[in-house]
Amino acid sequence: MSFRATPPRTTRRTLRGAPSGPRPTAGGGPRTAGSPGAPDAPGGSGPHAAPRTPNTPPAGRRGKEGAWGWLFVSPMVLVLGLFLVLPILMALWVSLLDWNGQSNPFSGQAKFVGLDNYRALLTEDGLDRTLFATSLRNNAYYVLLTVPLQTVLALTLALIVNQRLLRGRSALRTAFFFPSVTSSVAVATVFLFLFQGSGAVNTLLSWMGVHGPNWFADSRGVLSLLLGALGIVDPDHPTGLLADHSFMGLSWYEWLSGPSIAMCTIILLAVWTTSGTFMLIFLAALQDIPRELEEAAALEGVNRRQLLRHVTLPALRPVLFLVLTLGLIATWQVFDQVYVMGQGAPGNTTLTPAFLSYASAFDDADFGQGAAIAFILLALILCITALQRWALRERGARPRRNR
Amino acid sequence: MATRTAAALVTCAAILAATGCSSSFGGDKETKQDTGAGQHLKVLIATSGDAETKAVKEAVAAYEKRSGNTVTVEAAKDMNQQLAQSFAGHKPPDVFYVNSDQFANYAKGGSLYPYGDKIKDADDFAEPLRSSFTYDGKLVCLPKDTSTLALAVNTDLWKKAGLTEKDYPTSWDELRKVAAKLTGGGVTGLVTSDEYQRLGVFMKQAGGWITDAGQTEMTADSAPNAEGLGYVKSLLRSGSMKYAKQVDTSWGGEAFGKGKAAMTIEGNWLTGAMKLDYPDLKYKVVPLPAGPAGKGTLAFSNCWGVAQESAHRSAAVDLVKYLSSGDQQLKFADAFGVMPSRTSALATYAKRVPAAKAWVDANAYAQGPVTVAGFDKVLGQFNTDLQSLRTADPKKILADLQRNGQQALAKGH
Repeated sequence: MSFRATPPRTTRRTLRGAPSGPRPTAGGGPRTAGSPGAPDAPGGSGPHAAPRTPNTPPAGRRGKEGAWGWLFVSPMVLVLGLFLVLPILMALWVSLLDWNGQSNPFSGQAKFVGLDNYRALLTEDGLDRTLFATSLRNNAYYVLLTVPLQTVLALTLALIVNQRLLRGRSALRTAFFFPSVTSSVAVATVFLFLFQGSGAVNTLLSWMGVHGPNWFADSRGVLSLLLGALGIVDPDHPTGLLADHSFMGLSWYEWLSGPSIAMCTIILLAVWTTSGTFMLIFLAALQDIPRELEEAAALEGVNRRQLLRHVTLPALRPVLFLVLTLGLIATWQVFDQVYVMGQGAPGNTTLTPAFLSYASAFDDADFGQGAAIAFILLALILCITALQRWALRERGARPRRNR
Repeated sequence: MATRTAAALVTCAAILAATGCSSSFGGDKETKQDTGAGQHLKVLIATSGDAETKAVKEAVAAYEKRSGNTVTVEAAKDMNQQLAQSFAGHKPPDVFYVNSDQFANYAKGGSLYPYGDKIKDADDFAEPLRSSFTYDGKLVCLPKDTSTLALAVNTDLWKKAGLTEKDYPTSWDELRKVAAKLTGGGVTGLVTSDEYQRLGVFMKQAGGWITDAGQTEMTADSAPNAEGLGYVKSLLRSGSMKYAKQVDTSWGGEAFGKGKAAMTIEGNWLTGAMKLDYPDLKYKVVPLPAGPAGKGTLAFSNCWGVAQESAHRSAAVDLVKYLSSGDQQLKFADAFGVMPSRTSALATYAKRVPAAKAWVDANAYAQGPVTVAGFDKVLGQFNTDLQSLRTADPKKILADLQRNGQQALAKGH
C-alpha cells in the first residue's frame, strides 16, 4: 500500500465532507485533498448557472441561442419522439380499446371501452384478475429476493476484486463478469438441463444424501412448505383464516405461499447472471473513491469494518441507488427467462406481468388488455422507484458543507 | 420552463400528426383483387420440422408449374406473433396455417377469407374438423390434415408383465388393472401429458366435453366430466399413472421411448418420433378403452387460412384446393406422418399404413378441438389446474373452467 504524507488538517476536512460524496453529476476524477473547493466552483453546476450571473446578455441574443439550441437537439428530439414518446402514447390509446390486432386501432374500427381493460384486471372478479394477481404475487417475490441478493453479491464481489493485494484480479473480474455477457436465453437453457429432475444438481445433492425436488415441475411455494412443516397449514388442503379471505381473487394463503421452487430456480439464475454487471458498476465507483479518504481513515485508526461502514458505503450511496433502481426496474420486467423456462408453468407460479402482457396480446389476441397490463406495471415501477428514492435520500441531519 | 414545455408539446403533436395522418397504417377498405395471370403468392407455415417444410415446398413447386403463379414458402419462428403482426400491418401472407387455438380469434377479427362455399366437395372432409373450423355458420377454411389419439403399448414390457394380446384394455376397469400390473421397477403403467388435450379423452369417454356441439355453451361442470377426471385422479393416486413431467420427460412419447412408461396416449405423430429417436422400441397402437358412455378420443388439426386482405384470394383458394387434394394429402402423410383429413384419402391411407389402424378408426368418434375466441387463456388455466389433479377436487377444477369459459363466451359474443 503506497502512502503519501498529506497534511492532517486538510485530510480531516475532506473526511468529514465525505458523505456528500462524489456526486453523479460531478463526472470528473477523484477530488484531491489539496483543493477542496475546486469541484464546487460556480461554473461547475451546469447550464442553469449561466442566466443567474449578473451579466445577462440581451434578450434577443438569448432567444437566438435558444433557437439554435433547438435546432441542434432536434434530431434527437425527433428520434425520441418517433420511437419512444409516440409508441408510448399509442400503447396508452390501445389500452383503452378492445382491439384484436387485426384492424387499424386509430380508425375507430376497434371499440373504445374506456377503462374496461383496467377494470377487468383490477376490480372485476374473473380469470383476468386472478391471472394478473398471480403474476403480481410471483413477481413481487421475485423482486424481493433477487434485488437484495444480487446487490449484496455484486458489492461483495466488487470489494473482493478491488483489493490491490489480490492475485489474479483481472482473471477473477473476467470470471465474475462472464455470466453477464452470455445470452440470458442460452444460460436459461443450460439451467433447464442442470435442474432437471435427474440433472446435475440433483445428482450432486444425492451424493450428499439429499433428495432434490423436480425443480422446474415443482409448483409448491417455499413459504407454504415452511408453514406446512411447522404444522400451521396443510399445504394440500389449506383451511381457516388464510384460506377463507381473499384479495384480488387470490386467497391470503395463495398470496403468502411464497415463490415456488421453480421460481426460486429462476431467481438463482437471475442473481447469477446480473451480479456481474452490477459488480462492474460498483467496481468503477470503488475506484472512484479518493485514495486519500482511505488513507485518512487509516490514520484515524479505523478497522476494516468501520472503513466499510463509514467511508466506503457512504461514498457509494449514489451508485447503490443506481444499482437498486436498475435492479428494481429489470426485475419487474423479467420476461426472457420466463419465456424460455416455463411460460408460467408449473401451476402459473412463474407467470409475470410482462409475460402475461405478451400472452394476452399475442395468444389471446387481446392487445388492449396486454397494453393495460404494461401500463399498470409502469405505474408500479414508478411508485416503487419513488419510494426507494425517498428511502435512500440524504438524511437531513447532516448539513451539506459545500454549498 | 413554460416555453420549453410548450415547445416539447408542440413537437410531440407535430410528430403525432405526421404519423397519425399518414397512411402508414393502411386503409381499411376492401382489398383490390389482382386478376392478372402469373400472380405471386406468399405462404407462411408453422412447420413441425424439415420434413414438413420440404414436403410443402415440393408440393408448391408442382403447383407453380401447373398454374403459372409463383409462390414463396416461409417457415415461421413464432407463428402467432408473426401472423398477428402481419394482420396489424395489413400485409398478411396469402395462405397460412391456422392453429385451431387461434382460429376463432382470427375469424372473429375478420382476417380470414371464408372460402368454404367455393369448395364443391367439402363434405369429403371429416365432420368434427369441419365444425371446428366453422365460424358464424360458414366453413372458413379447410382442415390441412388430421391427428387423433390412441393408446400406444410397449410390447416388450407388456410380455414381461405376463400380459397377452387379449389383455389390451377395452374398458376403464381393464385399463386400471393392466396399468397396475405394468407399474413397478422404474416403469409406470400409463404416462401422458398433464393437459386437457390428452386427459380430455376420459371426459369424452364418460360422455362429457367442455362445450356443447355448437360451441355456444359451456358444459364443463357436467357429471360425466367429473366422472372422467375422477377416474384419472384415481389412477394418479394409485401410482399406476403419472404425468410426463413427474418422470422427468417433456411428453408421453419421450417417457414411452425411454421405457419409463409401458403405455401412453398419443397421436399419430408418435410414429415419426419413435422412428427418429427410439428406432428399436417395439410397440403397438390400440384403440383407447371405452368409458361408461362408449368410445371417445380427440382429433387435432390446423387449417389452410386465406387472408381476407390478400390481393390474390382466388389464386390462393386455388392453391389451397391443390394442397388439400387427396393425392397431395397422401404425399404429406408419407412425408411427415399426418393423416389425411379427407375421408376418401383416409381410406387409402388406412390400406397403405396398417399400423395406424387405431388412429384411422378413431376418426369415426373423435371430438374436434375447441375453437372459441378468447379461449386460449381459459384452456390454459384448465391445463394449469389439471397439473394438480392428483390432490385437487375435479369438481372444483371443472367449476372454475365453467365460470371462466362462460365469461369468455360472454365477452366473445
